[in-house]
Amino acid sequence: MSPLKDNSIFSWTYESVANTLGGPEWLAYGLGAMAVIMVVVNGFLLIGTIFTWMERKVVSRFQSRVGPNRVGPFGILQAIADAVKLLFQEDIVPRRADRLLFNAAPIVMLAPSLLALAVIPFGSGSYVADINIAVLYVVGMSGIASLAVLMAGYSSGNKLALLGSMRAVAMLLSYEIPLVMALLGITILAGSMSMVDIIEAQSVPFLLVSPLGALIFLIAMSAELNRPPFDVTEAESELVGGYLTEYSGMKFGVFYLAEFSNVVLAGALFAILFLDGWEWAVLPSHLWFLIKVFGFLFVASWVRATLPRMRIDHILAFAWKYLFPLSLVNVVALAMETIAWPDPSPVQLWMMIAINWGIAFTAIPLMSLVTNLGTPARAGQRVVQTEEVN
Amino acid sequence: MPVDGYAVNWAAVVIAAAVGVAGMAVMLLGSFLLAPRRPSEAKAIAYESGIRPTPLAWTQFTVRYYIFAILFLIFSVEAVFLFPWALVFLETATYVFYAMIMFIAILLFGVAYAWRKGVLQWR
Repeated sequence: MSPLKDNSIFSWTYESVANTLGGPEWLAYGLGAMAVIMVVVNGFLLIGTIFTWMERKVVSRFQSRVGPNRVGPFGILQAIADAVKLLFQEDIVPRRADRLLFNAAPIVMLAPSLLALAVIPFGSGSYVADINIAVLYVVGMSGIASLAVLMAGYSSGNKLALLGSMRAVAMLLSYEIPLVMALLGITILAGSMSMVDIIEAQSVPFLLVSPLGALIFLIAMSAELNRPPFDVTEAESELVGGYLTEYSGMKFGVFYLAEFSNVVLAGALFAILFLDGWEWAVLPSHLWFLIKVFGFLFVASWVRATLPRMRIDHILAFAWKYLFPLSLVNVVALAMETIAWPDPSPVQLWMMIAINWGIAFTAIPLMSLVTNLGTPARAGQRVVQTEEVN
Repeated sequence: MPVDGYAVNWAAVVIAAAVGVAGMAVMLLGSFLLAPRRPSEAKAIAYESGIRPTPLAWTQFTVRYYIFAILFLIFSVEAVFLFPWALVFLETATYVFYAMIMFIAILLFGVAYAWRKGVLQWR
């Protein structure tokens, strides 16, 4: 059955097209689904826009500044003012640029996040689609972003942009693996890849059951999103704007919007996979879900305001030598527990939680010991090399 | 509904794609119509902190991430195998579970080898 049938927007459109106007059923379904998707996409982009304002405000507070406070109450309309400004800004394409790729890159950047939106449930009964491989689908969609980054960097005809995109792609590829492994742990626990099934499988939030997975997800996700401390791709002090250097006007706006909406998408994913989606609600389910998402967004801004930028060689070493083995430990541990207790009783579940926290607290320091052992003593020499090449 | 859940869900995904592309087209078209256009020679030069860029950006370039790309390929293929396994290992014979653990161990050995060889070092 259609997952949309309980949705009031869908059923209103469906009823009015099929019964009042007497249209065919497929048209009624298509228009109904389109109405829901319009609401979801616009709401999502609106939250992304609010997040741009919220992050500036939060980071300002962390730095003892006031932040935007001129446009509207508390400066909340600042994001709208920025959008209007970008809309009226001249769109410059460098002479040396590859025009086709240059124009296509922003679209390739934003489209996957809107596509991934289709499988995200925002509240009980309000999701556009409930497909049985939703987790893999989201991973696949987020993988397309690295293509957009490479397109933008290459087509700009700018050395800084090219350098930034090369770094970005290496980083995005490296962090994709731990991210996928963290999601695999969730799949093992829930026994399904559908987002709705995953929420229903959480009798206890998976944040408690799989703390290591949640940590790996958070770290790998903030690298996937190019957020500090992993923002080497657009490190202002080294690369001007990275792959965004040559973009202006609305094309820059689309990149900017994509960056922030992807954080919102990541927040929604975290809320679904680790915080039990809309359940445990004391408020209406949509509002409860939004509160969880904004909690994630606040933590993301907090991390941005607190941590300094890492160096690219450290970032990649961290991904391959630390996060990746750790994520495999997580997957194997969860698989072993699942095969030992296929259908855990509450007692077994709490034993599982205790074991997983134990594993997390031993594996994290132990793994950093192994990583440091594996790092050659000639590290100093390497540093000189990196600086020379860059 | 005339069609089953599977088709309906994917139809919704396709509609979402269409709406997303249309929305972006509106944004970029709006900018195309509203933004001023006064091209000049100076604006069209690639930005390099005010210096005239020489040589061009598309020169020979060390693609340092290619070894990471190969490793990524190996492990994303592994992930593609692992996801179906994660869904079925409870229902199938026990050796399926241990076979995959063996598979992970072999790939982990591969990473250890790459690490030892120093290819995980960005230089």
